[in-house]
Amino acid sequence: MIEFCGLQLAHPIVNGSGTFDAIAARRAFGEALLEDFPFSAFVSKTITVEARAGNPPPRLWEAPAGMINSIGLPNRGLAGYLEHDLPQLAQLPVPLVTNVMGATEDEVARLVEAVDARSEVAAIELNVSCPNLKTGLDIGADAGSLASLVRTVRPLARKPLIVKLTPNTADVAAIAAAAESEGADAVSLVNTLRATALDPADGGPWLGGGTGGLSGPAIRAVALAQVAAVARAVAIPVVGMGGVACGRHANDLISVGARLVAVGTENFRDPGAGKRIASELKSLQIAQRPATTSNRSEARPEVDVNWRDSR
Amino acid sequence: MRTLAPLGRRLLTVTGADDVGAYRVLHVADPDGPSPAAGQFYMLAAARGWGAGEDERPYLPRAFSFLRAVDGALSFMLEDVGPGTRRLAQLRGGDGLWLTGPLGVGFRAPHDGRRPLLAGGGVGIPPLAGWADALAAAGLHASAVLGFRDAHHAAGARLLEHADVSVATDDGAVGHHGLVTELLAAELARDPYAVVYACGPPRMLEAVRALCAEHDVPAQLALEAAMACGFGACYGCVVPIRDGGYLRICVDGPVLDAARLEAVPA
Repeated sequence: MIEFCGLQLAHPIVNGSGTFDAIAARRAFGEALLEDFPFSAFVSKTITVEARAGNPPPRLWEAPAGMINSIGLPNRGLAGYLEHDLPQLAQLPVPLVTNVMGATEDEVARLVEAVDARSEVAAIELNVSCPNLKTGLDIGADAGSLASLVRTVRPLARKPLIVKLTPNTADVAAIAAAAESEGADAVSLVNTLRATALDPADGGPWLGGGTGGLSGPAIRAVALAQVAAVARAVAIPVVGMGGVACGRHANDLISVGARLVAVGTENFRDPGAGKRIASELKSLQIAQRPATTSNRSEARPEVDVNWRDSR
Repeated sequence: MRTLAPLGRRLLTVTGADDVGAYRVLHVADPDGPSPAAGQFYMLAAARGWGAGEDERPYLPRAFSFLRAVDGALSFMLEDVGPGTRRLAQLRGGDGLWLTGPLGVGFRAPHDGRRPLLAGGGVGIPPLAGWADALAAAGLHASAVLGFRDAHHAAGARLLEHADVSVATDDGAVGHHGLVTELLAAELARDPYAVVYACGPPRMLEAVRALCAEHDVPAQLALEAAMACGFGACYGCVVPIRDGGYLRICVDGPVLDAARLEAVPA
């Protein structure tokens, strides 16, 4: 078991917000999803006050070792989430983290209050990759805006508050420190890296939303550096993510200070990725544990002793 | 209509591949997989060399309707048009293939005694072939109209068994010289009491949709889109619907009632 903001989780692997739709996955995989759930906690996609249809297609671009998405946060809105999605997500066998985003502090406050009141929700994650309507800057890219937001909503939540950090900023460690100083219980990073692609036919923007976010192995090394910088800067737990595709990648993030690791784009390639990565990570952690007479015999058979050499 | 998929991708072995005109047919052993419903699809990725093509692609798996599923043997039809299909077309017997599925919702049986009428073009053959098999097994005989670029591509028509097939080609080398929708219009003029099942390029599907709407004939369209996941996670494969908003082709489709669409997006 691993402790995270007072939650006891079976292993350190969760999903990144918006990279696994448990309700849709249950339609595709049936009750096997509940019996063999890939994550130790489930992070919802981003919920906004009003329902959103999302961006016009095309929404995807395959990049070298990754992808750019411009989905536009489609969701049923707060009322639809509480009424329709939450009862279904409450059936999952793991704690539920609800991710919310608002265009103003008032909106975020409204979301946090409403979600905090629901017993099905174990923790709240703030998506702060949203432009501040006054400054035009992403709230999460500006330490002052972020501090103000966390100061406003922190007293409204009795549940753990996780701030999801954007990598699209000059000093992510300073942003994380601002979140911590205003009472955030944890930070998670990285969100996608801002990116774009051109239509091969006419040279114009390919994505219906204009620009999008890059994810996948292409960003793994960037994510590792940012997670390391944040983990050095704060004492609260860090959820690390970015291009994690196997146990070794998860182990790297934990090595630089992440408490939990989120799997994102790899879920798209393999809906069972979370479970596989958790299992690979466990084998690595057993291998790294100082050998004692009591664990040596049980640990050895599971271990790929060559993993360090293959890096 | 929907067979549930095992959770997680599985590593299968390619048992062989052959060329049928312009198309490549890949045979895969899936002895422990469930039997898919016609119109469902799978996400495929080569076990090796995925990511080794142009622009370091492919990265994401590729969505394919199955062509045939018999006793744990699956086949897929593809045309080499990009880094993903190129790598898949290179696979030989003994090679590994990652596969997730079956996914999505397939075709629904004809209702009210309407006759099944299949309309397809190019790489749109596979879901229709699987559906013709299923209809035949249920004692229903289907007519099919298929459109192709040229004779080389039209050779793919033989993959659709268990249906009376008429072919149209753009260059007139085989069958009707012209559009497949001209053959469809003739069929509907002959006997409009039908359900149309269609799969093919977007412009063809839109023409089928418009024709069926004009004749007040119900149609089920098997749509295609670039997908990252195939199981509703990425929200990348959406199609706008008449009532507003979008549907995800992977979990709400790929087979959708034509009446739900204002138009098939280009």
